[in-house]
Amino acid sequence: MSEQLDIVTLSPEETIEFGRKLGSQLKGGEIIALIGQLGSGKTHLIKGIASGAGAENSGSVNSPTFVIVNEYTGRFDIFHIDAYRLNTIVEFEMLGFDDYCYPNSIVIIEWADKIISALGTIDYIRIELEHKGQTARNIHIRNFPKHFVLTENKHI
Amino acid sequence: MESKSVNILGIETSCDETAAAIVADGSIVKSSVVASQTKLHEKYGGVVPELASREHVEKIYPVIKEALDQAQVTKDDIDAIAVANQPGLAMALVVGVTAAKTLSFAWQKPLIAINHLHAHLQSAMLSEQNLELPAVALVVSGGHTSLFDCQSPLELTLLGSTIDDAAGEAFDKVASILRLSYPGGPSIEKTAKNGNPKAINFPRTLIAPNSLDFSFSGLKTAVLYHCRGQDMKGENTADSMSEQEIADIAASFQAAVVDVLVKKTKRAADKIGAKTVLLGGGVAANSALREALQKSCDSSRPPRKLLAAPKKYCTDNAVMVASLAYHKFKAGIFADLSLEPKAHS
Repeated sequence: MSEQLDIVTLSPEETIEFGRKLGSQLKGGEIIALIGQLGSGKTHLIKGIASGAGAENSGSVNSPTFVIVNEYTGRFDIFHIDAYRLNTIVEFEMLGFDDYCYPNSIVIIEWADKIISALGTIDYIRIELEHKGQTARNIHIRNFPKHFVLTENKHI
Repeated sequence: MESKSVNILGIETSCDETAAAIVADGSIVKSSVVASQTKLHEKYGGVVPELASREHVEKIYPVIKEALDQAQVTKDDIDAIAVANQPGLAMALVVGVTAAKTLSFAWQKPLIAINHLHAHLQSAMLSEQNLELPAVALVVSGGHTSLFDCQSPLELTLLGSTIDDAAGEAFDKVASILRLSYPGGPSIEKTAKNGNPKAINFPRTLIAPNSLDFSFSGLKTAVLYHCRGQDMKGENTADSMSEQEIADIAASFQAAVVDVLVKKTKRAADKIGAKTVLLGGGVAANSALREALQKSCDSSRPPRKLLAAPKKYCTDNAVMVASLAYHKFKAGIFADLSLEPKAHS
């Protein structure tokens, strides 16, 4: 588990499409940590990941800033956590994070930088998003499984 | 002989207010107690779930007792206990639901489950005697932006909702970009009063010509680009802007949100042939939104009636829960002790 890839997407649609490609290769049990500031495309990427992973209600993927955790069902149980409003690791643990992690679940955490120490030595896929232009985004993926085929992006 | 009135105890804990109210016959407010955590969350710039949950636990019974005392009723006068069990913050909802189930069991009173969003619309209908239906209903708050087709207080069909950020969330996040205080709704409205709403032409995302869904994430990002430069390389210039510049951004942002909310509401009203427009939720307290929606209703042919929730019932409260519960009480729709909170409805 030490593959890494850096790509560029030029539009929200391309970000969703990349997420879909990634999501379609998940096998369950993965934890994905997303890092990137306001408007960097985290929610769009998750729309794609949920859709690719077979979530029945992937159309309803929206920002869980208010409710902290969204759940989507389908091939896997997908937990979409938003740490934007969390301030301490204890609050993150109080959410029941451990209960969300099981072989048939996928846990995706937005604003993961705020709670990264809580992940400790757990194996997780790390994705950083950066603003590159008005709609272009740099996406850096770290530590994804070797079996993943994430097509090299033509925009690099 | 006059029939005895129906007293319902309403309980609301879906986010950061702990609230209880006694409402008679669906519209006579005997008491309304709201313990807000806004002050507590202010320093964090948002709702903190663990703190919220702990606060609810500490406040729920004192708040319920206060509601009974203010209404000068005892448990014997209560006909049913109603609780908002969805949607909301799971850790917060569970406190109200547990309290309601406990009282229902201990007092042997029927339990009524209420949808928090539907209840927000009940706030708008509270004092209306001649409600003309169908109505199109907009609930707009920190966690929700949803349009409903309302055929009756109990028959609400979702027409559209946000596909990314809620309108109130956009207010909070833009306020944080502009270094304004939390909650963002009131602080942006206040700042916008001195600004020019046409200073900056922020995008109005309408998604598709017939769509009744909302998207506010692009608008939030547009404000961010405006402050940090299109390449996002610069620092946040909000730190060094004049008061006038900040006011202009706040006014232009608010105008963009209001424009989209009004356009979509009109679109939905036209689609279902609505005679009335209902407006509820925390963002419904925004005066610019109320005025623009009123104008839109007035200019429709035939004109539509706008029923906006009174400002004191825009934010979360338990009056709306107890009031809506009266309709369920009359219809004989009750929950049992297996009732669970649901984060999503």
